[in-house]
Amino acid sequence: MDLSRLRDDFPLLKRKHIRYFDTAATSLTPRPVVARMKDYYENLSANVHRGVYTLSHEATEQYEAARATIARFINAFPEECVFTRGASGALNMVALGLAEKIAEGDEIVVSELEHHSNFLPWLHLAKKRRAKLVFVPLTDEGRITTENFASVLTERTKIVALTHVSNVLGYTTPVEEITRLAREKEAYVVIDAAQSVPHIPVDVKRIGCDFLVFSSHKALGPTGLGVLYGKKERLEEMDPIEYGGDMVDLAEKDHATWQDPPIKFETGTPPIAEVLGFAEAVRYMERIGRAEIKRHGENLRAHTMEKLRAMEGVTIHNESTEGSLISFNIDGVHPHDAVTILDSEGFALRAGHHCAQPLMAWLSVPATLRASFYIYNTISECDGLVEAVGRARDYFLSP
Amino acid sequence: MRKLDNLYRQIIMDHYKNPRNKGIPDDDRYRKEHIRNPSCGDDVTIATLVEEGTVKDIRQDGTGCSICCASASVLSELLEGKTVADALRVSENYVDMIMGKPFDEAIAFEDALAFEGVKDFPARLKCATIAWKAFDATVKDGENDE
Ligand SMILES: Cc1ncc(COP(=O)(O)O)c(C=O)c1O
Repeated sequence: MDLSRLRDDFPLLKRKHIRYFDTAATSLTPRPVVARMKDYYENLSANVHRGVYTLSHEATEQYEAARATIARFINAFPEECVFTRGASGALNMVALGLAEKIAEGDEIVVSELEHHSNFLPWLHLAKKRRAKLVFVPLTDEGRITTENFASVLTERTKIVALTHVSNVLGYTTPVEEITRLAREKEAYVVIDAAQSVPHIPVDVKRIGCDFLVFSSHKALGPTGLGVLYGKKERLEEMDPIEYGGDMVDLAEKDHATWQDPPIKFETGTPPIAEVLGFAEAVRYMERIGRAEIKRHGENLRAHTMEKLRAMEGVTIHNESTEGSLISFNIDGVHPHDAVTILDSEGFALRAGHHCAQPLMAWLSVPATLRASFYIYNTISECDGLVEAVGRARDYFLSP
Repeated sequence: MRKLDNLYRQIIMDHYKNPRNKGIPDDDRYRKEHIRNPSCGDDVTIATLVEEGTVKDIRQDGTGCSICCASASVLSELLEGKTVADALRVSENYVDMIMGKPFDEAIAFEDALAFEGVKDFPARLKCATIAWKAFDATVKDGENDE
């Protein structure tokens, strides 16, 4: 597939000088996705799961069809996919939903690679329940391996919450093996797939995890929407998290019963336009092909990595990564200063702790620069980035 | 590049590379304030010794970008010797200058004037003001005693 033509679908890329390298924070939104949302507001605009009139019925059908499209993308059943306000929202829901099952002395396994959103809900739960938060020791490179995971798995392990692909280092966690080991101990496995779903094929049945979360806005979709996948029986046994309209089945003055999942976890009017838009984004990714998406991102990363590695005064934190991003520092230049120089030339990339302060401590840096690559980036943009990094270095370090 | 050079003036780079008054004394007479910017990791501590309404000494320490570190260094020189009231007035006008608002141009900002270029970089406003906020907290009544 010729990816160069697809750049026309991203009007932002036409803005002068913009070279966008921050897909790991949020991806650009292609025209068909915006068009789908516009179409909803202009031609439908009705609520779902309520009125019996035609418009509302159509809205419900489209909303549920979108759920089926998104579910199929990760090989789940539609009733296993709950719409949330984002990956963060979904992770907080699981942590709340599993709280009942955690007793004093139980263990929750996380890692220093986690985004704060897959760390703080568990830290909070552990404190509240007097459970123990256990960290998988990372390898020298910063990876989670099956062996290192096995070394902390015990009879007391109740929850395992790990990232699928690291948002700072791009490493892929061996989630299938880890899930298998954890399930032998009957621990719940929660996978943060915010950075994997946009880039690599994700199949919940193959992984075998109990829960898996991701965000729409990192995968060509709109903001304000995420997905909580939960195995059917897990969602069935979990109590509702929020109560109100839609999620209720029968409400009496002193008693109520709930809808089945996923509606049981979706009280109130959902982000309908966003759900329709995200399904369009999924179709967009499917048209390109996930193997192609992965190949392109990895190519750009490998190309850029080789050039950065040859540069003096640059420290790379994830040289061996298989992912589509590079974390690095210009020696002696704070990432904020570096990114201001790069920004002045139109390069948009992230400088900061990437919502992963424990990992920054592990790397012994206050912050890093991160360039992430996606379908709309080109080799020549990457070459431009490397040259600009060189100029930023010289700007600060020349006497 | 002009705008950039305005941001990274020689004075700023000089203070960044050769910070003045660096190191927090282990002395209870100093009032200390530690501020972090959680979004980028800028981390500044200001320690101020006030005697009879006058700022007798300012010490600073921390880690962060050049703008943040240099501004802590600059303020530690500029505000020393001023009365608390004067120091606060300078601080207030400095922040206005950074935000691109009208400020009292009669104030002798000395090296701090070099930070005027920050106003063209909205993403960096916090970097340039965090040390000043910390200073304010060390001299304002009854707040943040450590
Ligand atoms: C690995 C990972 N998990 C979770 C999140 C949180 O996603 P959101 O901000 O969409 O809730 C992010 C995004 O920043 C992420 O990279």
